[in-house]
Amino acid sequence: MLLWTKPGKIVTWVAFALVFGVLVLAPFVVVAAAAFAGSWNGVFPSDPTASHLTEALSGDELASLTVSLQTAFLGGLLAVVLGTWAALAARNAPKPLARFADALHHLPIAVPSVVVGLSLLVAFSRQPVLLNGTKWIVVISHLVLMVAFSYGTVAAALQRTDDAYAEVAASLGASPARVLWRIRLPMLRPAIVSAASLSIALSMGEVGATIMVYPASWRTLPVSVFALTDRGQTFTAAAESLVLLAVTVVLVVTLDRLRGRSVER
Amino acid sequence: MAVEVLGTPLALSNQNPTRRISRTIWLLPPLLVLAGLVVYPLVLVAGESFSGGFATWREVIGSVEFRDALVRTVQIAVCSTIGCLLVGTFLAVVISFVPFPGARVISGLVDAMLALPSFLVALSFTFIYGSAGVLGSLVGDSGFLTTPWAVILAEITFYTPFVMRPLLGAMAQIPRVQLDVAASLGGGPWRVLRQVVLPEVKPALAAGGGLTLLLTLNEFGIVLFLGARDTTTLPMLVHTKGIVMFDYPGACVIAVVQVLLSIGLYVALRAALTRQGGGRAALD
Repeated sequence: MLLWTKPGKIVTWVAFALVFGVLVLAPFVVVAAAAFAGSWNGVFPSDPTASHLTEALSGDELASLTVSLQTAFLGGLLAVVLGTWAALAARNAPKPLARFADALHHLPIAVPSVVVGLSLLVAFSRQPVLLNGTKWIVVISHLVLMVAFSYGTVAAALQRTDDAYAEVAASLGASPARVLWRIRLPMLRPAIVSAASLSIALSMGEVGATIMVYPASWRTLPVSVFALTDRGQTFTAAAESLVLLAVTVVLVVTLDRLRGRSVER
Repeated sequence: MAVEVLGTPLALSNQNPTRRISRTIWLLPPLLVLAGLVVYPLVLVAGESFSGGFATWREVIGSVEFRDALVRTVQIAVCSTIGCLLVGTFLAVVISFVPFPGARVISGLVDAMLALPSFLVALSFTFIYGSAGVLGSLVGDSGFLTTPWAVILAEITFYTPFVMRPLLGAMAQIPRVQLDVAASLGGGPWRVLRQVVLPEVKPALAAGGGLTLLLTLNEFGIVLFLGARDTTTLPMLVHTKGIVMFDYPGACVIAVVQVLLSIGLYVALRAALTRQGGGRAALD
């Protein structure tokens, strides 16, 4: 296609393997290796051990895993409901209003997560709504950050689906609620499921906003990893990151199973 | 029922004014939620930054600390984006046009990496480039981890997939025959890349690069975890002032600057990409 000689191809592939391996892949492999290493004083880790992993799955660290899971499910679920609702409503709303809604839903992408955290801290540490110090300020920060992705995913899928199905159902006498429940939402299912798994994965790893707003009673897993790194316990931090990765992958794969076949045009 | 009107087909409801109003009403609840959770807090941040009049603004903007952080943030973001564009283009070209067994697995891996947390990369650097790690055992303590270059390298690692994904999508659309014809007419690999591939993938390249620039300007996890002393960026400064020093008005001034910077860039990007056509979706 682009290269026709064998040596040319081989040189390119070696360069690819080097760049991809060292630059993109190595960091993730290294974290996994460090999770099982007793020490790392040479080129390779040494003294294989599982003690960091047991440490990462007990006491405070286990507690932050459950906190992260609850935050991801609550924040992710709310973000998907809100994003889907907004995308569907914007589709039928008058043009200028729909464009306004589109811009507003994309706003959180352009706002740095630290600033999202700071703004919630400023807004909810005062009357009329006092949320500072509760888990809800963490959940809200995740909701705000994930809603843009949910809205974007569902709105893009909505653009690619065929309105004819819904129109035919309506002309045959199906009520709007029935059209929504039996036609619109099933056709959007793949997009809604991808929005959910993306939201959950991003929420599990969120640092910026969380570290601004979290109360001591609601410490998410990435915050715990940071606390461990800060104290110099990098191996336990690596083990806990591995737990984070494993749990996220299991969640995303499970959700992917629910996704089903795409019915996009 | 709360959801009735959502399903009403556009064509049928255009004539009826009451339906027109009720169609609009269903957009209000999500808009109100966002107004309360995003717009209201940001307005308060702007208000808080002026709580001491212009004095806080003068003090913060005039400080060396702020100016250094601003310059550092832009430097890191620009260098990282250029690095991502170079590395991402090379990797995407090889995957698309010099395919090897397992190339599909790699592009699946790239998709998965988009959802991973950025601090993982920073954490791994402790083991790769730290004084006791892989590099440390070979060349001794290089001090690399405490330089801005470590942040840039970490950001290139993390954000390269963000450039690759739109590129891979755009490259899949180029008919292979076009490349073959160009080659059969005597075009060398570089010429084919420059004259056939590059013009086709330009919007994707712009979209990926723009998104990366935006995200690297706002990146926090990597800088926080590497904790390099002379690498204070604007998001880092917001965190230090707000959480460590409890100086809310000062933190809010920096937050406003940062938001204006990112939103300005975002709006400019969307406008540029819409004019180019086709690339907008990649930014969303």
